[in-house]
Amino acid sequence: MDIFLQQIINGLVLGSIYALVALGYTMVYGILGLINFAHGDIVMVGALVGLTVTQALASSGLPPPLILLLAAGAAILVCVSIGVAIERIAYRPLRRAPRLAPLITAIGISILLQYTAALVWGKQYISMPELIKPDHFVVGGAQFTELQAFIFLLACAVMAGLLWFIKSSRIGRAMRATEQNPDVAGLMGVDINRTISFTFLLGSAIGAIAGVMVVLYYGLGHYFMGSMLGMKAFTAAVLGGIGNVAGAMLGGLLLGIIESLASGYIGDLTGGVLGSNYRDIFAFLVLILVLVLRPSGLMGQQSGERA
Amino acid sequence: MNRRHILGIASALVLAVMYGCGKEAPPPPPAPKAEAPKPVPEIGMVKIGSASPLTGPQAHIGIDIKNGVQLAIDDLNAAGVEIGGKKVKLELLAEDDEANPTKATTVAQKLVDAKVAAVVGHFNSGASIPASKIYSDAGIPQISPGSTNPKYTQQGFKTTFRVVANDDQQGPTIARFAVEKLKAKNVAVIDDSTAYGQGLADTFEAAAKALGVKIVAREHTTDKDTDFTAILTKIKGKKPDLIMFGGIDPQAGPMVKQMVQLGIKAKYIGGDGIQTPNLIKLAGEAAEGVMASIPGLPKNQMPGGKEFMKKFKAKFNAEVALFAPMGYDAVFVVVEAMKRAGSADPAKFLPEIGKTNYQGVIGPIAFDEKGDLKNGPITIYVVKGDKWDPLETVTPDAAAANETKAEPAKGDAAKK
Repeated sequence: MDIFLQQIINGLVLGSIYALVALGYTMVYGILGLINFAHGDIVMVGALVGLTVTQALASSGLPPPLILLLAAGAAILVCVSIGVAIERIAYRPLRRAPRLAPLITAIGISILLQYTAALVWGKQYISMPELIKPDHFVVGGAQFTELQAFIFLLACAVMAGLLWFIKSSRIGRAMRATEQNPDVAGLMGVDINRTISFTFLLGSAIGAIAGVMVVLYYGLGHYFMGSMLGMKAFTAAVLGGIGNVAGAMLGGLLLGIIESLASGYIGDLTGGVLGSNYRDIFAFLVLILVLVLRPSGLMGQQSGERA
Repeated sequence: MNRRHILGIASALVLAVMYGCGKEAPPPPPAPKAEAPKPVPEIGMVKIGSASPLTGPQAHIGIDIKNGVQLAIDDLNAAGVEIGGKKVKLELLAEDDEANPTKATTVAQKLVDAKVAAVVGHFNSGASIPASKIYSDAGIPQISPGSTNPKYTQQGFKTTFRVVANDDQQGPTIARFAVEKLKAKNVAVIDDSTAYGQGLADTFEAAAKALGVKIVAREHTTDKDTDFTAILTKIKGKKPDLIMFGGIDPQAGPMVKQMVQLGIKAKYIGGDGIQTPNLIKLAGEAAEGVMASIPGLPKNQMPGGKEFMKKFKAKFNAEVALFAPMGYDAVFVVVEAMKRAGSADPAKFLPEIGKTNYQGVIGPIAFDEKGDLKNGPITIYVVKGDKWDPLETVTPDAAAANETKAEPAKGDAAKK
């Protein structure tokens, strides 16, 4: 039982990271109907910027939480600039173009970001200095660290904050209006370009936080780390219902737990035929099932009002 | 570029001009320094290929190998090489196989088409094995500095050699060490699903079972994952006293960290793929006490190790990571064979490589009939403070080879 509980905790932490990244996909999709394939790589840039700042400050004697804050701040700054710039350069000119065009520029930007990062940081794994000594908690036989708890709570907090923001703030209302119908929203006095820019800004900032969490948790960064993470997060967004912010959170956590349980029990379930390296089969099997039964995802609204 | 090197070439050129396009036949045997007069009759070019991952997660290991090869070629050129009475200049052709089996065959074909005389590479067993067919078809000798999967030399090719002990020797050595020195009884085995990692883990598992160890879990991950909490949690439930990992440092680093996170107290041991400075960086304090075996003697116990490390550092401003000395020696093995055969034609000097009896940086180098290194020693290291300390050196001749020979073969058969 304690093993089962431990696997759930493992899954929740992994899922929190997926969820944070998934938010960026889902927000942009919600408002533009565009899959921003470069988002995983924005997360990667955030991770590597955070890593570099931490490395530079690790021996400066500053208190670790401050270093972390500075690292996250720098990562957010860089990611937000990149995110907004990408929207301006690669997506805005194509807003009226056929849907395939911005999809291709998204893939192009993704590759561009990866190889720019490879030039800046090199192609090796970069290690993160250990800032915080992991302190353990034991609950019901399962063990987890402060950091894991922090990642989970942070994801929940970001999530709640975002939901509140979209529901209650003025610009959040503008975002929802743009999502429903950009042209009509424009007629009603919503500055569409500003709203979309802001969506990218918000998504990139959350992505940067996710990136810093990843390097903090796993202790290493790499120019290619964004692609698989992005893929998984995108899956999570689809699972939860792409375009739906709460769905991204649910999808992320669910995907994390499925992966964790699959790795833990797949070997026993299949009598050793499939090893834990086949866990992705389970994750994607669940995705296919959900999509067959509920094509719009777990919490997705039926789309169709947008032609 | 080495200044002395440039000076050497320049002075050689000046001398050549002064002598007026030389006519003296055999120049004196390789003089200690390049400035010795070199009346040069003809200069032949001999291309040596190097293939290793120069990009991607294993780039640090691949670049290390390339640098070793580069250093050997520069040293040889500086000293002057003469084959069959002809002055010869060596040239390096370094290719990036990205640690990818498909890319490895492309790169191999490229090197063959470029008419290299010999290839030092590849690093990954998964790359060396598919590439070896191409070199074999072209009759070009291939000396791998780091591929330890037994299959590499078991394909019946005359062109495959390696200057490291193979996993048939490494796996059982770790097993024997685990049983005799660590008194391990319940062991969990993880591999990264690559030819190298799984091969090493299989031979370890077979040998450990033969020695009476209980394998409580056998898990697989991939060479791209960084989250192992699920696997480790499962293993934690089986309460092993040792975890053995067949794989490379980018996985081992976070894995060791996550072990500590999950409160797993088991010892951790792996093969040569994790015996790198990078592991300690990646795992941080969790690295303390991690053990790993590595074919060959400790860097600073190699007969030519100290001098090599100094030269390497001076030239590349980097520490020797893993296999640079092997890459270095491999070039010398090839060139020595060319000298004996009096030809740089692979068809002529290939048989001579098999007869190699060379005292290299890594120690004495000789090959058995399959092209495996004879009596390659294996050393077990442990992380202490923030560096690897040699714990024990085992020569497979005495230990692993005889007793466990049958077992790994079985493990191999079971795998495919």
